[in-house]
Amino acid sequence: MTGEYRLADGGRIDRDRPVRFRFDGHDYEGCAGDTLASALLANGVHQVGTSIRYGRPRGIAAAGPEEPNALVQIEEPFPEPMLTATTVELRDGLVASGLPGQGRLATEPDPARYDAINAHCDVLVVGAGPAGLAAARSAARSGARVIVADADTEFGGSLLGTRDELDQAPAWRWIDRVTSELQASPDVTVLPRTTVFGCYDDNYLVAVEHRGEDAFTRQRAWHIRAREIVLATGSHERPLVFPGNDRPGTMLASSARTYLHRYGVLPGRRAVVFTTNDSAYAAAVDLHDAGVEIAAVVDVRPVATTVWTARCVERGIRILTNCAVTGTSGADRVSGAQVSSLPSGDAAPAELDCDLLLVSGGWNPAVHLHSQARGTVRYSEELGALVPDRTPRGVRTVGAAAGTFTTAECLRAGSEAGSDAAREAGFHADVAEVPGSPSGPVTPPQPIWLLPGLSADSDDEQFVDLARDATVADVRKAVGAGMSSVEHIKRFTTIGTAHDQGKTSGLLSSGVIAELLGVEVAEVGATTFRPPYAPVAFAALAGRDRGDLYDPIRVTAMHDWHLEQDCPFENVGQWKRPWYYPQPGEDMESAVLRECHAVRTGVGMQDVSTLGKIDVQGPDAAEFLDLVYTNKMSTLRVGRIRYGVMCHADGMVFDDGTVMRTGEHRYLVSTTSGGAAGVLEWLEDWLQTEWPHLRVHLTSVTEQWATIALAGPRSREVLARVTSDIDLTNDAFPFMSWTDGTVAGSGARVCRISFSGELAFEINVPWWHGRQVWEALHRAGSEFGITPYGTETMHVLRAEKGFPIVGQDTDGTVTPHDLGMGWAVSKKKDDFLGMRSFSREDTARSDRKHLVGLLPPAGSAVVPEGTQLVDSTELPAPPVPMLGHITSSYRSAALDRPFALALVKSGRDRIGQTIYGHVGDELVPVEITEPVFYDKEGNRRDG
Amino acid sequence: MMLIPCPWCGPRNETEFHYGGQADVSYPADPQAVSDVDWARFLFFRANTKGIFTERWNHQAGCRRWFTVRRDTTTNEIFHDDSHEAVTR
Ligand SMILES: [Zn+2]
Repeated sequence: MTGEYRLADGGRIDRDRPVRFRFDGHDYEGCAGDTLASALLANGVHQVGTSIRYGRPRGIAAAGPEEPNALVQIEEPFPEPMLTATTVELRDGLVASGLPGQGRLATEPDPARYDAINAHCDVLVVGAGPAGLAAARSAARSGARVIVADADTEFGGSLLGTRDELDQAPAWRWIDRVTSELQASPDVTVLPRTTVFGCYDDNYLVAVEHRGEDAFTRQRAWHIRAREIVLATGSHERPLVFPGNDRPGTMLASSARTYLHRYGVLPGRRAVVFTTNDSAYAAAVDLHDAGVEIAAVVDVRPVATTVWTARCVERGIRILTNCAVTGTSGADRVSGAQVSSLPSGDAAPAELDCDLLLVSGGWNPAVHLHSQARGTVRYSEELGALVPDRTPRGVRTVGAAAGTFTTAECLRAGSEAGSDAAREAGFHADVAEVPGSPSGPVTPPQPIWLLPGLSADSDDEQFVDLARDATVADVRKAVGAGMSSVEHIKRFTTIGTAHDQGKTSGLLSSGVIAELLGVEVAEVGATTFRPPYAPVAFAALAGRDRGDLYDPIRVTAMHDWHLEQDCPFENVGQWKRPWYYPQPGEDMESAVLRECHAVRTGVGMQDVSTLGKIDVQGPDAAEFLDLVYTNKMSTLRVGRIRYGVMCHADGMVFDDGTVMRTGEHRYLVSTTSGGAAGVLEWLEDWLQTEWPHLRVHLTSVTEQWATIALAGPRSREVLARVTSDIDLTNDAFPFMSWTDGTVAGSGARVCRISFSGELAFEINVPWWHGRQVWEALHRAGSEFGITPYGTETMHVLRAEKGFPIVGQDTDGTVTPHDLGMGWAVSKKKDDFLGMRSFSREDTARSDRKHLVGLLPPAGSAVVPEGTQLVDSTELPAPPVPMLGHITSSYRSAALDRPFALALVKSGRDRIGQTIYGHVGDELVPVEITEPVFYDKEGNRRDG
Repeated sequence: MMLIPCPWCGPRNETEFHYGGQADVSYPADPQAVSDVDWARFLFFRANTKGIFTERWNHQAGCRRWFTVRRDTTTNEIFHDDSHEAVTR
């Protein structure tokens, strides 16, 4: 037996497959097909946890994702916090406990897999209740590609929780028939256990599929682009606000009906039903027929619907019209309900014994996705609910989600919407037939937000948002403080901000606010419906994009060699660049000092393949480059190389690099490693949109070349060992020129460029020869003590020469002149990007920040990069006048002292002066110098 | 996730594109002849339209084409018309 409240038969659970589980330390048994909530109720457990602010006992209030109370922490199979007991599928060995509104993240790594899939369809149907199934069938029969997704474990929606008949047979027969038809259609994807939680631009929807603990991937995120959408998302029953409305045993009426019909569970023995509408009568009648004693149906309306009155009379169920429940009693579970007459509540209240209090305040269409799709909603006085108003193109909202509450109407509207969606997607579609469904006359509900005649003392026992423990008293306080916007009151009271995002409390709070302000509900409106519709685990959103797969990485042809040296890497964009190559016992500082020393006195080698390279071809290539570089590239002779600076039109430096002329109509342009993509986009922009008359084509060749910098006074000797067809003398192969030849057996383009000031060669070979040539050079250099060096050493060496790094020593507010690079700005060209801006008042002023050198006292520590610079030995009261900041700072092996580069106001005019760096609580003196610290005359570049 | 119509490649996901701001801001024919005020206007002033806005996009992760679309900035709806054919800044 799976619980004393389980019926002997009925429901969609499997009594032959008992499931053992543990909750709050007690062992229980449920059935396959149960949720944790239905299994607990079958065992007579109503209280699941305590409330977040007041620690009040709280029970199971619903049967689906709208549950505000029954939060659980899963312990086994894997710790997961903040799930609702009503949506946790029961499985053998499940261990869970109740939560007071806050959960606990697992401390161990999640062993499960999560993945993602991109899907495209003609028609997406969200929700597989009567409207959704009818829609999916109409669409599927047209041959359209259809996806139908529903959050529940099986299709059927609200029909699963009733004993309604379709075509004079149990509704599940029709559900099974339609589901089988859909599954058999090759172009239909059937997704149960799949919550569509977000609807974004251009019909892009994201869903999460719960594939089960034993599936290869536990959850899967579906990214769906749909031509047409049918939203058949159903509705949520709304609770009622009255004193003591949070006692365990208080439950939405339709949820009790679901527990009865779907799970074969009686949620109590003696029930009071409190309602504002017809739907709760079905719960009263069905529960009565299943053996629950109905103490009374308490209806706020003056007259009950004839057909329901007749059914109640037949069964001896008492109906108390024009009455309300105005209080409850009981310790951990409701044991009685006080009933008073309306409107004044002056008649002596009657106390009705009960262990179950069913409530129904009406129905809220689930307009979340409709609203996210930019559909509008309006308040319907007739239904007492927000219903869809305008629907955007490509979207249709049908069924209960559209405020249609009879099964017959839902089926018809769904079938029409499905065929309409397929037609809009370009298919010939008929409206599929729908089964017959009995439906009687319906009396309009009488929405009620606040019961009249209650003393204000009861305000703090009247809960508006059970999940947030927010009461009428809280709303009254907000309104009393002068708030009238529902968005403000939401944030003040936190109503609607819990895990359920106000599914049961949202409109309720609008109604209460309206009552307190004395305005119409329509005037108050509702808060925005934002994704996600239901909580989603971050793991599901991350999918496979975690750990090594979090972000793509780019590696060079020599990467494996670097790995073998066990060097740390620096991330430059997505590139992995060797940072430094520590030898046993070395820290970063000692490794970098050693590497710098080797380059200055012997020879070093660096993998510089990551520098961006763009092949510029066409008869107008020279003219084009003259327009985008500050200096002149058209005068560059074939075979020669020039350093160039690129500015935006505002005159600020945004990239730099070398330009090689490889032919009359051809150049090879290099960019910074991180800036390559941006430079290409920038060049394309000007070519395509401003200068389309220029015959120029651009091709990224970054990944076609592997590039090795060979630097140091012994570099020529090393290179000579692996090449025989290149004359390496200064006369034949001067600085800033290039030549083709053979290096270590590979065709190579060798350049005489230097970023360290030393004699240096840059050897470019086809990517696939990179490692072989690298190793050949390393072997050839062994007798000279060749030293591989990384980005840190490269940074120190270039800083010693005062070469700025764009993006480190510049920040988008720095001109070439600020960098002291006026020499790289042509005065002979009519125009180039940035030129006009150099004469702007702000750009031309003399007190701009200049790139200068800084020398802290010899023997002192390196001053951190980013240090702010001030003029005085003591900080004045704020605002402190700032001079600038340190952009690069290192210890120099060659100078045997720390040094830095900085952007300093009027820096070039202050050379020789001492200013102060603000480090921690101290002001460190630094002397302003020229930015070139080493080999000012440039004597070393020719070896 | 907007679906943006590249004139070469057809509709593609927004993540393949890079935004290029207001369209039809022309580089002055002779920048040296432009006053400081007008030059600053060209550099720094852009419309921030609520409603239909003519703007540039670059199919950066695709064909690298720069193109112009008209988009309603309140709904992200992109209007299909001849402006996709004109590649103007
Ligand atoms: Zn394209």
